[in-house]
Amino acid sequence: MAEAAVTTRLKKLINTPETEVKDAMAGMAAAHSDLIRVEYDPNVIIRKDAPKKGKVGLVSGGGSGHEPLHGGFVGVGMLDAACPGAVFTSPTPDQMARATAAVDGGAGVLHIVKNYTGDILNFEMAAELARGEGAKVNAVITNDDVAVQDSLYTAGRRGVGVTVLVEKIAGGAAEAGANLDAVTELAKKVNANGRSMGMALTSAIVPAAGKPTFEISDDEMELGIGIHGEPGRERTKLKSADEIAEILTMAVVNDIPFKAGDEVLAFVNGMGGTPLIELYVVYNAVHRYLTGRGIKVTRSLVGPYITSLEMAGCSVTILKLDAETTKFWDAPVHTPALRWRV
Amino acid sequence: MAATSAQIYNWLERYAGIVAEQKQYLTGLDAAIGDGDHGINMDRGFQTVLVKLAPVSDKDAGTLLKTTGMALVGSVGGAGGPLYGTFFLRAGAALDGKSEISDRDLVGALEAGLKGVVERGKANPNDKTMVDALTPAVARAKESLDGGASLEEALAAAADAAEEGMKATIPLKALKGRASYLGDRSIGHQDPGATSSYLLLRALSDSLAALPQQAKSTT
Repeated sequence: MAEAAVTTRLKKLINTPETEVKDAMAGMAAAHSDLIRVEYDPNVIIRKDAPKKGKVGLVSGGGSGHEPLHGGFVGVGMLDAACPGAVFTSPTPDQMARATAAVDGGAGVLHIVKNYTGDILNFEMAAELARGEGAKVNAVITNDDVAVQDSLYTAGRRGVGVTVLVEKIAGGAAEAGANLDAVTELAKKVNANGRSMGMALTSAIVPAAGKPTFEISDDEMELGIGIHGEPGRERTKLKSADEIAEILTMAVVNDIPFKAGDEVLAFVNGMGGTPLIELYVVYNAVHRYLTGRGIKVTRSLVGPYITSLEMAGCSVTILKLDAETTKFWDAPVHTPALRWRV
Repeated sequence: MAATSAQIYNWLERYAGIVAEQKQYLTGLDAAIGDGDHGINMDRGFQTVLVKLAPVSDKDAGTLLKTTGMALVGSVGGAGGPLYGTFFLRAGAALDGKSEISDRDLVGALEAGLKGVVERGKANPNDKTMVDALTPAVARAKESLDGGASLEEALAAAADAAEEGMKATIPLKALKGRASYLGDRSIGHQDPGATSSYLLLRALSDSLAALPQQAKSTT
């Protein structure tokens, strides 16, 4: 498959599949030199002024192709470092160990890990390496995807949209001086109170593979898709944005379940190939569904924040808020992809 | 003394060649039930292994295996990197400093590697993973030695057991890794990790048969 990619140029803005990740890292470094620095071999994106003495360091990472997750969230009030793997492939422990060392300001480091077997195993090895060097390391695993139904008989629910919210809220607390255990508990609370489900209209093309990850007809959609194109709950005929938004939101709301009177953050995420105008069409229906059930939407986020290359589609994430999570969601943030109150 | 570090080197080099040859095959198996990158990732890993082994090729078996493990951990990613990396790191730790390896020590190193894989991945037998090839292989190798077989015979029997274990993954439903999300749809497909593990044990058996042993088994 890799050979095919070399002989026929893919219709993508890349130089070669092999250089894509490093070329993009170099671009990020050039564009955002006020916020981040990058290191290669092992590949790490690091907050420019890290390590911050006395501040808990936040490290995340995962396969590339989900941008701006995670590198776009490195900066003030969010992540201290991110480890980009090959496209849709977990990074390696040497990357995570380097990131951990680079951001350890003496207050310990929290690893934020999406629930995929590869990510978990590599982060576990990295934590062992870092602890061997004397670092204090905790880990929180995000697993918010309600599309995975038999979670007891599988690798469990996948980590998707809630990961962005965990990184922001835990990052806000760390910036405000919370200690490692407090930041860890807050991150776990966000994960426990958030749920997501996604859908796809088209497949992504992984450059090294050179062809779509899955086939889908012009009149079909995949409900419950994962961010690597993993199959979801069902393949159905295409419906209107309102109907799709209702299916996703209902699945999410019924899972925790969210109740009348709850205050929530509603997050409509683009999968990479869907324009913002369509995401707002979806958001409108999501908001109407929630308010119609007495659920109060007190915060919102709309845009492509955890993507799947050029896949068209969206996901809906609902997070139940309280005073603490609301406060750290609102806290100042300045990263390449999220910025407010700075 | 039944095996030498030169034979271990030969095993690793031989397996790197097999992985390169079988890259498309492994990737195809993975595309059916996983994310279609197992052959690509393993080949990237073992090409790195060859580079890292070159400067230590005359060292003891422990160094060769630990170098292999670190190279895999740092280059494969996904689940395969930590799992195969742990297998070789643990096997290498079991043969630390040894250039001449007894039958029991070699099979003990495989057992240590398997134990590491189980601890790391937390897979049970019949979860449709590499454990389904490695577990019967280690058991068969031990039984063979206990029954008085030579190391060569024991490793050939281990490779046969791994092959049976690999084929036995076909009717299983995956309970670990990305294939588990397919549920019943994973049934009917051979597990790619069990396949690459079978190839590893066959390569070991062939390496022992190919290079003259330093002395016939005395233990």
